[in-house]
Amino acid sequence: MSLDKLLVTGDPLILFSQIAIGLTMVGLVALITYLKRWKWLWNEWFTTVDHKKIGIMYIISGVLMFFRGGVDGLLMKAQTSRPDMEFLDAQHYDEIFTTHGVIMILFMAMPMLIGIMNVVVPLQIGARDVAFPKLNALSFWLFFAGAMLFNLSFVVGGSPDAGWTSYFPLAGKEFTPGVGNNYYAIALQIAGIGTLATGINFVVTITKMRAPGLKWMRLPIFTWTTFITSIIIVAAFPILTVALAYMSLDRLFGTHFFTVAAGGDPMLWLNLFWLWGHPEVYIVVLPAFGMFSEVIATFARKNLFGYKSMVFAVVGIAFLSMLVWVHHFYTMGNSAAVNSIFSLTTMMIAIPTGVKIFNWLFTLRKGRIEFSTSMLWALAFIPCFTIGGVTGVMLAMAAADYQYHNTMFLVAHFHYVLIPGVVFAVFAAVYYWWPKMFGFKLNEKIGKWHFWLFVIGFNFTFMPMFFVGLDGMSRRMYTYSESTGWGAWLGFSALGSLVMAAGFAAFCYNIYWSFRYADRNVGSDPWNARTLEWATASPVQHYNFAKVPEVDSLDDFWYKKKAGKLGLKKSDIKPIHMPSNSWTPIFISVAFGIVGFFLVFEWFTLAIISSVLIIIGLIANTFDYDDGYHIPAEEVEEEEREWRGELE
Amino acid sequence: MKAMKKLAYIFTLLLIPVLLAGCDSKLIVFDPKGPVARNLSDLIVYSIIFMVIIVLIVFVLFGFIIWKYRARKDDGDFEPEEEEGNHVLEVIWFLIPIAIVIALMIPTAKTIYEVEDIPQGYEEEEPLVIHVTSADWKWIFSYPEQGIETVNYLNIPANHPVQFKMTSAGTMQSFWVPELGGQKYTMANMQTNLFLVADQEGSFYGRNTSFNGRGYAHMDFEVQAMSNDDFNEWVQDVKNTANDLTEDEYSELLKPTVIGRKTYNGTHLEWIDHAHGGSEQYIDSDLYEIHHGEEGSSSEEEEAEDAEQETNDNAEQESEQSTDSSTHEGHSHH
Repeated sequence: MSLDKLLVTGDPLILFSQIAIGLTMVGLVALITYLKRWKWLWNEWFTTVDHKKIGIMYIISGVLMFFRGGVDGLLMKAQTSRPDMEFLDAQHYDEIFTTHGVIMILFMAMPMLIGIMNVVVPLQIGARDVAFPKLNALSFWLFFAGAMLFNLSFVVGGSPDAGWTSYFPLAGKEFTPGVGNNYYAIALQIAGIGTLATGINFVVTITKMRAPGLKWMRLPIFTWTTFITSIIIVAAFPILTVALAYMSLDRLFGTHFFTVAAGGDPMLWLNLFWLWGHPEVYIVVLPAFGMFSEVIATFARKNLFGYKSMVFAVVGIAFLSMLVWVHHFYTMGNSAAVNSIFSLTTMMIAIPTGVKIFNWLFTLRKGRIEFSTSMLWALAFIPCFTIGGVTGVMLAMAAADYQYHNTMFLVAHFHYVLIPGVVFAVFAAVYYWWPKMFGFKLNEKIGKWHFWLFVIGFNFTFMPMFFVGLDGMSRRMYTYSESTGWGAWLGFSALGSLVMAAGFAAFCYNIYWSFRYADRNVGSDPWNARTLEWATASPVQHYNFAKVPEVDSLDDFWYKKKAGKLGLKKSDIKPIHMPSNSWTPIFISVAFGIVGFFLVFEWFTLAIISSVLIIIGLIANTFDYDDGYHIPAEEVEEEEREWRGELE
Repeated sequence: MKAMKKLAYIFTLLLIPVLLAGCDSKLIVFDPKGPVARNLSDLIVYSIIFMVIIVLIVFVLFGFIIWKYRARKDDGDFEPEEEEGNHVLEVIWFLIPIAIVIALMIPTAKTIYEVEDIPQGYEEEEPLVIHVTSADWKWIFSYPEQGIETVNYLNIPANHPVQFKMTSAGTMQSFWVPELGGQKYTMANMQTNLFLVADQEGSFYGRNTSFNGRGYAHMDFEVQAMSNDDFNEWVQDVKNTANDLTEDEYSELLKPTVIGRKTYNGTHLEWIDHAHGGSEQYIDSDLYEIHHGEEGSSSEEEEAEDAEQETNDNAEQESEQSTDSSTHEGHSHH
């Protein structure tokens, strides 16, 4: 294979990125070497099995991917800002909307949410770590290897270009012969294995590792949503695994599961993809509901209104999420009966969702609402998500969907669901739990700039899309003529996206500013919160809890705080058993990444040779008899004294 | 904070002309030109009424609550009371959405069944059958009874039911003429059906909405609804002047290109119906290879070539104005 086929050449935009990426890499390596941080990075981060550090690495990756996906979005907005624009050609535009979708859903939303789950859930249930700490590290590194492999496509070989849904036959080799869609199949597969392991890990963690007395109906609502989400992951991700395996076989080995030639069935792909893809929507949105619930309860200074109905609503949504996938292809010629049934199941999701909205409103009612930045995100979610929700019901009506399907109306709808439902939640959660992770608050003033710019920009970006959709503009069109009359709408939308980008820039600046200047004396419970994670130091000690807490009620921490019963007795401190760091997760994941890369290019000999690395890693892991180590009681005592003062 | 409020204010002012621009001409989905689209449009308007009510209730409640219960400097140490929840309220906001879902579901199901059939009032007439074959990146319309075929434009008699039998020669597409009715996918080795009626004469915009590669944005067509006499006259005209469609010409046509309008005597259904397999013999993967940033890799050049070819073709007189077909000449509803 010649070099010009390997490297993407010819496009000035991509050439510029190649240089930028190259320089950044060299710069990073040089900087770390200069600061002599390699050993520290390896010992403290790359080999860590600590759920909090893994969570933070997930969040950092998510923010980086948000930047990448956001730039993709801005490029698309620039291209459609005016009729007959010649900024991107069709091919480049196709690649950009494909990677924008994949990155935002799988490599931004997922790691952000899983990152926050990782940091918070073990703390909320009073555990020292997740059930399988080493598997947790493997999950992260597999996700990371998948994400990096996917991003590599940008400069090496060519990006996937069949849409984030990769519909066959288009995604088959006969219509997209390059390596782009191989990247899609293989990078998603690697990351997907990691996610599936996370799902299993959290199901077990929440089932088995709750503190004494923490009965199911005393679980904080975020832990509840994480638990249900993990169950959906375990149910849905194997379907993606199978679908991607078929896709890889079709593309790499010439089978015909989905291709037109030799009797393959493209509809099989649609069914498998959406059997995973629709639950995936709830995988990203349910934990977000949990985050909002925590934030709203804390800053309204009230317990969550209708806790039980909230739990049942989440379970109901999870159940229904598996029964609605056909609404993604009402227009493929189903019988009227099939479309009617899936219309009904889809609309039914609005019922538990409506219950949640009203429960949130009634949590706020008679409260004492404090407009912290975190709370602002949670509040803005309610009206914005309502618009997303009602347009979702409109789309659910199959007959009406014949007019909305594949149009900008749909694009506007899902951005109105996913941005308030996921991105707002992530921002709320980051501001809320930041002190838990780093021991200081993010700046509230810059945070408010971040909030207003982003929310205003968001509405101005996506509101016009409802109208161009109803005016006949289909999604994924890289250009349109003046006579369509869409120019004004889309120009306005492009301006909105710049405001949104300014909001994100304010967020990045906030992180920088706060790391440098923020007040380090915020205490362990800066928001006067209700749940168990605030019972321990900020930032949390390596071992989470000096003594595993005992729980007597829902919001136990809140009541014990009121009653002044949070002290720690010296006699309660025992040596704490912790798992050791391990090099095998990162090693196995890098090996997966290398094998994946060779598979993308169909260099099978190299792939087979390098897959030996995976096997070496697995064998090494099998013979790893390290049972962890004990933190001596004196050390724990010392650490506890540091933030609690003298112990009782 | 003040600066931010100002910003929000300026943006709201900016939005007004945009919203007004949308109002002075009807959005295409709300401007139906046939019974199917009218049926859908009515259903959409009906649902919007419910949605506006829901949104208003939530917004008003939301605004009222966060205003009334905001933390104030002068509220001292006011500590809100804990609230378990309220079964009556929770049951109420569980039952109301159920009622709304029922209220939406009944007309939805009714409409689904209606749009899958010949529209009411036209059942007596024998529908005109048109085979739709979507290819990369063009629409091929075959009139088997008339023995003619058109590319990228569609003439139909007004006030007469048309049955579309739709399939694809390769990738998946979606056939959509929003002013006449809802869309439906076209898929290789499969046939989907769609009934449409235009109850007035005119020119309507149609396009593919299912992404299928580089030429996708240009994959649109014009639907011209004309009187019965004009339609018959047009058919006669085609039969007298258009070239015969040959198999060679047809396989040339199926190559992935963006082209203008074409008209043929005879239909490709005589030798292949893509609804029943055989598409693979026309698919040449080499033509789908991409070359980043290279001049000529985009569809424009191919398009120009074809346009040239077309003007040389004297059978194309009725579509001469459309040599620049990629500029959406069909979409002129504003």
